[in-house]
Amino acid sequence: MSLTVDITRELGSFTLDAQFEAENGVTCLLGASGCGKSFTLKCIAGIEKPDRGHIELDGVVLFDSEKHINLPPQKRQVGYLFQNYALFPNMTVRQNILCGLNREKDRAEKERKLGDMIRLMQLDGLENHKPAQLSGGQQQRTALARILVNEPRMLMLDEPFSALDAHLRDALKIELRDMLQEYGREVLMVTHSREEAYNMSQKIAVMDKGKLLGMKDTKELFADPGSVPAAVLTGCKNIAEARKVGPYEVEVPVWGIRLQTAQEVKDNLTAIGIRAHYFNVSTQKNRYPITYVEEMEEPFEVILQFRYQNQAPDSPPVWWRLNKEKRPQQFPGEIGIAPANILLLY
Amino acid sequence: MIDLDWYPLWNSLRIAAISCVLVFFFGIFFAYYAARLPRVLKGILDVILTLPMVLPPTVCGYFLLLVFGVKRPVGMFLLQYGIKFVMTWYGGILAASVVAFPLMYRTARGAFESFDKTLAYSGQTLGLSNTYIFWRIRMPACRQGILAGTVLAFARALGEYGATSMLIGYTPGRTATISTTVYQLWRTNDEKGAMFWVLINLAISTVVLLTVNMLEARQKKAVKA
Repeated sequence: MSLTVDITRELGSFTLDAQFEAENGVTCLLGASGCGKSFTLKCIAGIEKPDRGHIELDGVVLFDSEKHINLPPQKRQVGYLFQNYALFPNMTVRQNILCGLNREKDRAEKERKLGDMIRLMQLDGLENHKPAQLSGGQQQRTALARILVNEPRMLMLDEPFSALDAHLRDALKIELRDMLQEYGREVLMVTHSREEAYNMSQKIAVMDKGKLLGMKDTKELFADPGSVPAAVLTGCKNIAEARKVGPYEVEVPVWGIRLQTAQEVKDNLTAIGIRAHYFNVSTQKNRYPITYVEEMEEPFEVILQFRYQNQAPDSPPVWWRLNKEKRPQQFPGEIGIAPANILLLY
Repeated sequence: MIDLDWYPLWNSLRIAAISCVLVFFFGIFFAYYAARLPRVLKGILDVILTLPMVLPPTVCGYFLLLVFGVKRPVGMFLLQYGIKFVMTWYGGILAASVVAFPLMYRTARGAFESFDKTLAYSGQTLGLSNTYIFWRIRMPACRQGILAGTVLAFARALGEYGATSMLIGYTPGRTATISTTVYQLWRTNDEKGAMFWVLINLAISTVVLLTVNMLEARQKKAVKA
């Protein structure tokens, strides 16, 4: 059970260049809007055509530019949950789900599968509702029911939560995560939200301007993003150019400081990242004098912005985020950061 | 009233109805396929298909005579099979269809262009055939626009005068339509008769326009929902 993708396509301002393999479980394509994530899904589904490359699912070639293979979407058996769910507005919930059962010719079997799916997706009583009469969550479940009843060989989800209100999102995340675990096959999910990626997936592939920057286990990616785009996408607020000065020491010219690292620094280092949560008043390592700039309050946390003493004047202030209750009475004159919390970016 | 000749009403209605059916299918066909053509080709085709809407109908009639006139190659060829569009009632279908076509074509194209493509894509990934998607998903979703186009095309075909009078002229009981009858009666100083047909035409057009407005109101409501 595996999906192999190796495609390129000219897309106006950039070139889509995606190579990856996905196995059972949830894999996330994480990237900013318009970076080619959804386009990659559409190529796998057969809705869009790459210029060159090869797509293979469970040993079946879906697309191969050299062998001139390009299966129509109807023959790929790939489930695709669209961002807006794409429920057919003129059909009821029941008719929508029946569309997914078009391959099943046996009447009784069709009805049985339909009933099972309606129960599984908790759509009982809504069979004769039109999509416009459903809540966002019910629409999502109907769209999933329609796809799952079609017994796809893999599942693709395009920003599955973006059409939902924020308060619904978290409840549905848990629901969908459990459902996907039960599904048991390859699931490819596209999102620009690091929280969703972290909540839902076992593996993440970061995409930047059409280029796929490699795939990592989700937790590993957040602990060590490895590249500037990956650091940005995983929510790292402080990123500055840096160069290696020793096997465990880097210089950050715009901040006017040197930092000790726990990881060995490679020669081709381009930048370092520090997550806003990881500054610590009591840490003695990497400790430098700072001055207060301004702050922004959130419901439970506060963002304090500061500058290092010798920081370049045109560089943005550094973000320090901490729990409101842990905020020191007086703004500290110095702050430190543990060497293990310096992200090395290449 | 008893000896009134109802032929123009009957002739106008059948010409309009048959043209409307023809224009419905051709309009949808071209609207659907024009949308998929490369841009340059689409632009050229668009101009050609819309021209009858902006040209004076008499000019359309002139072109039709150029092609289907009994002394022209196409006209002569058709005559061998007994088909003659000049001075026959069914020539009126040709004239009305050509003039009404752009209304259907443009309204249908507008409806197709605002159609949410992901609906078709999701149908394809579910394994539904393209024919099924077209008739059961795309057409119902564009229903209001297509209906409005059909009604407009019907109204235009019913009121067609210029191209019709050029191609089939006015022969009472054979090619007379409401609009050519009004002109003929007025020309021969039968003002009462002309007024009668004007009122009939007014009544039909009012019903048609009310229908269009109703459809548009429903479409707006649907968009809001």
